[in-house]
Amino acid sequence: MNTPNVTMTVRRLGPATCVIDIQGEVSAAAENALMDAYTQAVSAGARDILLNFSQLEYMNSSGIGLLVTLLIRANRHAPRLRLLAMGLSEHYRQIFELTRLNEAIGIFATEAEALAA
Amino acid sequence: MSVTPPNRDAGHWAKPIRKIKVTDVPAGAVNLNVDGQAVVSPLQGFGTLWQKTYQVRLPGVTLSAAEVMRIWRENFPRLQPAGNHFFPPAAGIEPGRVIFIDTTLPVFPGLPGLIPIAAGVVVIYEDDECFTVMTPAGFPECGWNTFSVQVEEGVPVAQVQSLARAADPIYEFGLYVMGGAQKQEGTWQAVLTALAAHFGVAGQVQMHRTCLDPRLQWAEAGNVWHNAALRTILYVLATPLRRLFPPRLKSGPRQP
Repeated sequence: MNTPNVTMTVRRLGPATCVIDIQGEVSAAAENALMDAYTQAVSAGARDILLNFSQLEYMNSSGIGLLVTLLIRANRHAPRLRLLAMGLSEHYRQIFELTRLNEAIGIFATEAEALAA
Repeated sequence: MSVTPPNRDAGHWAKPIRKIKVTDVPAGAVNLNVDGQAVVSPLQGFGTLWQKTYQVRLPGVTLSAAEVMRIWRENFPRLQPAGNHFFPPAAGIEPGRVIFIDTTLPVFPGLPGLIPIAAGVVVIYEDDECFTVMTPAGFPECGWNTFSVQVEEGVPVAQVQSLARAADPIYEFGLYVMGGAQKQEGTWQAVLTALAAHFGVAGQVQMHRTCLDPRLQWAEAGNVWHNAALRTILYVLATPLRRLFPPRLKSGPRQP
């Protein structure tokens, strides 16, 4: 597997909300980083996990597959957990629309909007 | 004024597709069950969600991943097993284009396919080392397949990875009781074995399957309305009637 070129940082935004800041490239190589960040957020008691894509530099189809896998995992193991997204550029919004991820993951422009939802 | 630089992956992705619009049908392909359909992801399917990965190593092949991928793409239809016909677009495998498929589904595990199905998939992503196709509504599975090549420790490794679930209850039954899944797995193993043989390698295909979600999504059971196999059977059965009563061509606007 290729070397991951991504950094994922987990931070708390509210009492039950964690943000995963994604910086770099989301491809198959990002699997461990994404799953580790998710586990960290769930362990911190998050009921809402907000994926922050504002520093996303590149995503291929394997990266979208990872997001679907993460969503399925979250739905299966924590049905009340919500996976949200923010900071998507128009290009990445279109990819979410193409792959119909936008029908399963709430998309927001800002953290404040996501918190208010 | 700052200008946002274009994304590096921008040229690799198809644009959002509300309804598939077929613009060219390769010779021999049947344009059925594709045109006008929406694309569907694993989230819109009915059955158990599986991720299946098939890999073959190509020791001794000194080409780059991109070169192996190019050759794979060029020979994609020829590498299919007997009875499985793929019709890539004349313009090549590009984002947004349809690859037509003409195949059969089995009625019992281990037996050859009997139920005809004419369908297709849409290329949603393509770069030098991989491409991904997504299924339309009515296809046996909802999801996508990614075909890729990467070099591991100096050896090219060709891979097919599917992330998909049966589209409706009939297909779920067909896949896991009537032998559809077995045929599908055999197909990709045969494709990778043929690819290895193309490079003069006796390939050993490794397959790994993971059940990501065993639950059935009953809310999606209505997908059966689009079932391409049922529609293909009706299309085939109606062939004599179409010959007897050819459909009238739509008339254009009247000339003054």
